[in-house]
Amino acid sequence: MLQVSVVRKRPGFSLDATFAAPTPGVIALFGRSGSGKTTLVNIISGLSAPDAGDIRLDEDVLTDTGASIAVPVERRRIGYVFQDARLFPHLNVTGNLRYGEKRARAAPQVIGFDEVVTLLGLAQFLQRRPRELSGGERQRVALGRALLSQPRLLLLDEPLASLDLARREEVLPYLEALRDHLAIPLVYVSHQFDEVLRLATHIVLLEAGRVVAQGPVNEVSLRPELQSIVGPDLVGAVLEGVVTRLDAANGSADLAVGRGTLQVSLRDVPVGSRVRLQLLARDVILATQPVQGLSVRNALASTVTAISNDDYGAVLVRLDVGGETVLARITQDALQALKLRPGDAVWALVKAVSTRGHAFRLASGA
Amino acid sequence: MNDVPSSAELDALRLSLEVAVRSVGFSLPLAVLVAWILTRARFPGRILFDAFVHLPLVLPPVAVGYVLLILFGARGPIGAWLRSHFGIELAFTTAGAALATAVMTFPLMVRAIRLSLENVDRGLEEAARTLGAAAVDRFVSITLPLMLPGILAGAVTALAAGLGEFGAVITFAANVPGVTRTLPLALYTAMQSPTGDALALRLAVLSFGLGLLGLLASELLVRRVRRLLGR
Repeated sequence: MLQVSVVRKRPGFSLDATFAAPTPGVIALFGRSGSGKTTLVNIISGLSAPDAGDIRLDEDVLTDTGASIAVPVERRRIGYVFQDARLFPHLNVTGNLRYGEKRARAAPQVIGFDEVVTLLGLAQFLQRRPRELSGGERQRVALGRALLSQPRLLLLDEPLASLDLARREEVLPYLEALRDHLAIPLVYVSHQFDEVLRLATHIVLLEAGRVVAQGPVNEVSLRPELQSIVGPDLVGAVLEGVVTRLDAANGSADLAVGRGTLQVSLRDVPVGSRVRLQLLARDVILATQPVQGLSVRNALASTVTAISNDDYGAVLVRLDVGGETVLARITQDALQALKLRPGDAVWALVKAVSTRGHAFRLASGA
Repeated sequence: MNDVPSSAELDALRLSLEVAVRSVGFSLPLAVLVAWILTRARFPGRILFDAFVHLPLVLPPVAVGYVLLILFGARGPIGAWLRSHFGIELAFTTAGAALATAVMTFPLMVRAIRLSLENVDRGLEEAARTLGAAAVDRFVSITLPLMLPGILAGAVTALAAGLGEFGAVITFAANVPGVTRTLPLALYTAMQSPTGDALALRLAVLSFGLGLLGLLASELLVRRVRRLLGR
């Protein structure tokens, strides 16, 4: 368990954040730029001090201003991957990787040098200098360097933010491998919801220095606070399911979600894997009668549970689909034409192809 | 020294080198410390301290030599103490010439080192800290290596400038042949002598050559080190 409750006031910005998240796991600190995410991780790392508050990791107190406890950064054993990598330019990759390892001899070993090199695919870079690496490669080295300091907690401050799309793909699979193979809890700072969707187990939503929502990813995906951060187009319920059938030739798969089955667009995921996907609310079509002759692959029998105006002139309809919650975004016109009310039975139509890029495999084989 | 073919030029060259090397060797660690204080420390009177360090740049060298004579001369407060406790004589000795040179070239060295320290990314030191490095460890393993170009540039520039220090040396250490008569002092002496024209010219050419060599060496060294540091 990571428990944080801190206050830090500065002219122009004040942070007053409290959250608790289970460990191990990937805790996403999610919010807009300037919401206080980096300030918060700096406080957790010890690089910044809170005016008041306490930070606990499992049984250990890292900061407690009431008891005048502030473990120095260099003794916290918290790894930190910075947005700009911050590799030491005068050392080669091996020198960078060994820097933290040498200083962590007394700590219980979490991971060894060879394991890090294999896990992050660094073997061909070991003799290179940081300036000879691409942005993605630099972040992988920074990740390895932090891991070899044998941390109890790893902080990642938007490690992909300075990379273009192709470079991000150079790093993301390694972050997934980290989540799936190591028991080190991660705190992952991001303002990209797709990264959170892909990596996180727990979300802490930050808005203007305050925690406005927190919880497992699927729960937080339904919260209006998230909707106001990501905007109307990225609103959508997050579901988890298990692959029951794979059609590799057509790039589609059947997913057992709750009590039903969903056909989605997904490749390279073996039967039995756990998958998380987001059904974007704008991609969900509602029908009051069963429909025929449509290309839509999923027609899910649902019940309307709630209807609310969203902040962008449309309507957000919350549905119960076999015990799972799904959101649909429709216009005011459509709402009036269909005369929808809570308790009504409807069919939620979801195109399989609309899930492409919104479905991700969770821990392999788990 | 008797077995060395002793000409006025060789003597002066040897002395100049000795004085410059000793002055740099003595002041370099101090210059790193002062540069660090001026860049990183925040304390009342910092601006005054900064001005004091840079004073030799703007003062007449003769004035600096004179102040040194008052403080470090045989009867000066520091000079008398050094003499009675350690048997160190500074006035009118080679060591004294090195001290005068060190004081004069100190601001040059501090400026170069300070510039390189200001360019060291504090973020790298923070990264080292999260990797378990405490203060001294961080300084030695990260800050110092990244400052190296500035330290070398400062040292070589101070060395080159130190070869030619005149006013402070002649005031504090006098013009003693073989002891404090460095290149510029020998040049000045030769110019004063009715038969010294040829010698003066040779010494002037030597001074030019050394100065140029020093500056070139400094530039090349810094480039090489930058490359080694991965810049």
